[in-house]
Amino acid sequence: MDQVGSGFSDFLQFLFMGLQRGSIYALVGMGYNIIYNSTGVINFAQGEFVVFGGLMMVTLTMTANLSIPLAFLLTVLFVTLIGVLMERFTIKPVKNPNVLRLIIITIAVSILLKGMAMCFWGKGSHYMRHFTGSDPIEVFGATLLPQTLWIIGILAVVVIGFVLFFNHTMIGKSMRACAINRDAARLAGINDRNMVMLSFALSAGIGAIAGIIITPIIQMDYTRGALLGLKGFGAAVVGGLGNSFGAVAAGMLFGIMEAMAAGYISSHYMDAVALLILLIVLFIRPSGLFGSADAARLREF
Amino acid sequence: MLKLVNVNSRYGLIHVLKNVSMHVSAGEIVTLIGANGAGKSTALRAISGLQPVHEGKIFFSDKEITNAPAEKLVRQGIAQVPEGRQIFWPMTVMDNLEVGGVVTYSLHGKKGLYDAIEGMFQLFPILKERQNQYAGTLSGGEQQMLAIAMALINRPRFLLLDEPSMGLAPLIVKEIFSVIARLREEEGLTVLLVEQNANAALKVADRGYVMETGKIVFEDTASNLMRNQEVRRAYLGKDKREIWE
Repeated sequence: MDQVGSGFSDFLQFLFMGLQRGSIYALVGMGYNIIYNSTGVINFAQGEFVVFGGLMMVTLTMTANLSIPLAFLLTVLFVTLIGVLMERFTIKPVKNPNVLRLIIITIAVSILLKGMAMCFWGKGSHYMRHFTGSDPIEVFGATLLPQTLWIIGILAVVVIGFVLFFNHTMIGKSMRACAINRDAARLAGINDRNMVMLSFALSAGIGAIAGIIITPIIQMDYTRGALLGLKGFGAAVVGGLGNSFGAVAAGMLFGIMEAMAAGYISSHYMDAVALLILLIVLFIRPSGLFGSADAARLREF
Repeated sequence: MLKLVNVNSRYGLIHVLKNVSMHVSAGEIVTLIGANGAGKSTALRAISGLQPVHEGKIFFSDKEITNAPAEKLVRQGIAQVPEGRQIFWPMTVMDNLEVGGVVTYSLHGKKGLYDAIEGMFQLFPILKERQNQYAGTLSGGEQQMLAIAMALINRPRFLLLDEPSMGLAPLIVKEIFSVIARLREEEGLTVLLVEQNANAALKVADRGYVMETGKIVFEDTASNLMRNQEVRRAYLGKDKREIWE
């Protein structure tokens, strides 16, 4: 792409790529935040939810030949179920939960899920067709894949759904209350255990969505979880842990910076950019760009 | 209505409640007074299900509720106003009341919930004015009223109040206590009140227990406790005889 087009169309091209990657990081980061808010724990299996989403979608659309909307729905349900099972069988039975113990459990689950993904889907990478054709649209000399529009659109839908859910439904408000003050929420009659389960379900569902929409572009394989998870984690931290809008903004920032670095410097350094931003933010503002230090200190399991 | 029999509870190795036995009859206001760290709040948390009971039993309306989880006890009519105005700061007053009324919502639906919230607005009119404000921006007194409203919204039979006067102006304390007294008169609410402000607590209560280092050391009617030399010296700030006494 560097030999064609003006500076502006190059820039636009990188921007599209950045928005597309950024949307995925944003979704993964939101997934981290949901569980972090309800348990104080970073769920290291978040990347695996993304992989399972992508691979399940491949199976349902390419092998079972289901229509995309139906496969989408089934995949999200399937991964949500994995999230619920993970909470019920590995998090809930812990007798004296503390943050470190639970984090180590999530690492174990991520290894387990990765192994299962390898057994079921093999080591190769899997191709999936684009949602609505792969003919690029030309915008000011840059090319835009329809899939990119799907990705950005679905992120927008998820974010709006998120806002409506947490601000306008009783269950969403209960989940927030439980995240803010667990004892007070229990005294109000909210079952905190169920809220934790729900947070794993939601988080897995959002991870699955991220996997589904990115798979046509990156070709999913079982090892993808680690890097996607890491960048999403970076987005969650840079945005301020627990702050979902921060995660979306930081995810977008990561994606765009990466794409710009790949375009203007060298694609070899692409993966380093996100981590570099993460390090700088941790040095200068450890509570994240949109987080508050007080909130971070007050949070406990 | 409520009965504790030889209740023991620990935080790790620290033995906080040592053979605590007490009872509260229906329609009574009973206060539990004592110094900081005596175990008063732990006793309340053990009743409401937030703190595990290691030995002993707790009965509510003749049913054993030892170690029942807090979220279930709310449905049986026990409500606790926790210490230190534990409302949901980043949420609006309205959201706080809605979350407080989750049980009402699940029993009586949306209309039941908003009727209950309206009832709370009548009890504490200031909350109606503040309904769209974030709870963290309320004054201390308003926050305490919100915390009490969140407990009362499910129409409990039994209210556990933990240090409602902490850090509040005397006038607001008076208003809060008068609301409690009124609810007892009108709805037969039973109250267990934990206070460091022994004077204010004994004035509104029928009976009182005095707690020292995890044990109940006195039990008497409120008026007798107010006259008790030991209690006066330790908790009512009368350590020496006035000149005319």
